[in-house]
Order: sequence, then structure tokens, then C-alpha cells
Amino acid sequence: MKAKHQRLILALVALAGVAGAGVLGASALRDEAAYFRTPQEIRAGKAVVGEPMRLGGMVAAGSIERQADGVTIRFVATDGKASVPVQFTGIVPDLFAEESGMVADGRMRADGTFVADRILAKHDERYMPPQMGEMPKGLAKAAPQG
Amino acid sequence: MHAYANPTRFLAIAKPLTPWLLGVGLLLLLGGAWAGLALVPGDYKQGETARILYVHVPSAWLGMGGWTSLAVAGLVQLVWRHPLAGIAARAIAVPGMLFTALCLATGSIWGKPTWGTWWEWDGRMTSMLVLLFLYAGFIALTGGDEGQKQGGTLSRGAAVYALVGAINIPIINRSVVWWNSLHQGPSITVRGSSIDGALLWPLGLTLLGFSLLFGAIVLMRMRRIIADNRVAARLRRLADDEN
Repeated sequence: MKAKHQRLILALVALAGVAGAGVLGASALRDEAAYFRTPQEIRAGKAVVGEPMRLGGMVAAGSIERQADGVTIRFVATDGKASVPVQFTGIVPDLFAEESGMVADGRMRADGTFVADRILAKHDERYMPPQMGEMPKGLAKAAPQG
Repeated sequence: MHAYANPTRFLAIAKPLTPWLLGVGLLLLLGGAWAGLALVPGDYKQGETARILYVHVPSAWLGMGGWTSLAVAGLVQLVWRHPLAGIAARAIAVPGMLFTALCLATGSIWGKPTWGTWWEWDGRMTSMLVLLFLYAGFIALTGGDEGQKQGGTLSRGAAVYALVGAINIPIINRSVVWWNSLHQGPSITVRGSSIDGALLWPLGLTLLGFSLLFGAIVLMRMRRIIADNRVAARLRRLADDEN
């Protein structure tokens, strides 16, 4: 066997080892590296009352209620399987809207409401012209392009 | 492949190729930027803000593509000992780091008006920042006198570093799939694009334009490293003659 081939095999074996270590590390981090918890995870008991955490989910349709003080809102965060009521006092990003994603920093209260100190808006991976965005989802897909 | 590993033959091709890559790259880039800013409509949800994707996406692509080619060059250097591969790796590092920084900067500028934050430690952003630091480490490892000592190519340590750092590339790519993140999921996958055709085409132009520009910068930097080596070799010969 030529030295060149020996080096190639050695490099590939080492590379496979490093890649394996990387995959193991990443999968071990699967839970820890999550940026937020979903309502389903909270229902499964992953939230400790009073401890700082992040909650991510969709703002349920028709759920945003402005409170009498004018700066406090209440809405329901959902992931389709479970939902959590959220209360927030302050200014939300422009993209914060019903049926759209959001991430809230805050803590769970004993009564099951999530009290947020800060709200970020999350957007999805779809980009399209405004005229198409106004159409119902199925129609927008079928619409001719350009 | 061996034929092009010869620096003289490489220069014969690289020299005329550089202005073409540079010229066509700049034209595509300017055309794509104009189309992205002026011709296509804004996004249905984000409005004008989404136009930054015509710079952000190519930057991310080149930051990650840069390290991928750097790692391949490291492997070729390690196994076949082609000096040109090491020179290529050193030439790629600086523009690769630049585009990674551009990706982080444009992402931050985009994040503030859409998400409501300049920076969050989510999986995508953190792994991209790690890539920036990997580039910085590689440049520190191979820069300065080190390059001259190795004859412009890579030490074994630097080549191994390039290969080990490559593990971060699939992590960046999968970060929005493996972990809940603030960054949205991938728009362009093997199954198609969730960016509508009406908004997508300028991205093709800027993506190709930035890539050609990247190629031109790498070729220029490789030629410069080869020239530096020749000067150093000649000076050494002259010094030997005098003794």
C-alpha cells in the first residue's frame, strides 16, 4: 500500500470519527440546545413554576385580548396539540399577529398562565408577493407565478 | 488533476480567468441587487425588510461553502501533499470569514425589525458565530510568518484543524431542523423553494454573482501567495550566493 493511500484511509477514518462524535454531541444537545419550549412540552411537565424559561408557539386565531389598562395583552400560544395562555405587558414586534409564530421570555405562574417579560415574533420560511399572501393558503399555491 | 497542481500551469489559467470572474460576478451582483431592491415586490408579511435576503442568503452560502472548500483543500493537502491545495485553503480563509461576518451582520439587521431582537443565542446564530471563530482561528494558525515557513501551504496541524472544523457545517445546516429555534426553517430544500418564484429569481443572480466574486478573490489571493513564495525563494537564493 502506498503512503498516499495510507494517509487517505487514515484521514477518512479520522473524519468519520469526528463526524460521529459531532452527531452524538448534537443529538445529546437535542433537548438542551432548544431555544424555547413548546406548549406540548409544558403540558408534559417540563416547566417549573416561577423559573425563567422561553415559550414558543403560534398565536391562536382570535385569542389576542387587550386588557383594560391598554398595554397588557392576553393570548393563547398553541402548537396544535396543546396550548398555554400568555399574559404580556409591553410593546410587541410589528410581526406579532394571530396565526403567526412567537417566542416569549418569562415564567409560568401557578395558575398555568405564562407571564412574559418580552415577546419576539417568529416568521416562517415562506416568502411571496403581497397579493398572494392575502389569498387563502391553497389558492396562493395554485396561483400562477409572475 | 495533477497537471493543475503545478503552480505555473495554475497561473496560466488563473490569470486570464480572474478578470472574467470579477467582471461577470460584479455585473450579476449589481443586476441582482437592483432587481431585488427595485423590481420585485416586498414580502406579503415582512414588506420591504425581506429584501435583505438577497445579500444575507449568498453570504451564508459563501461562509459555509468557504469552509467546505477549505476542508476539502486541507484533505487534499494532507493526503496528496499538493502545495496548491494548502495555498487555496489559505486564500479562502479571509473571504470566507468576511462573508460569515456579513451573514451575521445582515442577519442581525434583519432580526431587529422582524423578530424584535438584534441577537439571540439560538442554534442557527450560535453555530454561525462558531464558524466565524473557526475562521479567525484558522487565519491566526496559518497567517504571518507561518505561511512563509510552510512555503505558502498548510502545516499538518492547520490541515487537521480545517477538517475538524468542517463538522460545524452540517450542524449549521441542520440547526433549525434539530432544535427549536428563532430562525425559521430552510426555505430552499431539495424538494423545492418556499420563496415564491416572483421573489426568488434575483436571489439566483446575487447568489451566482457573489460566488463568482468569491472565486475571483480566491484566485487573486492564491496568485499573491505564489508570488510571495517566489520572492522569498529568490531572496534565499541570493543570500546563499553571497555567502
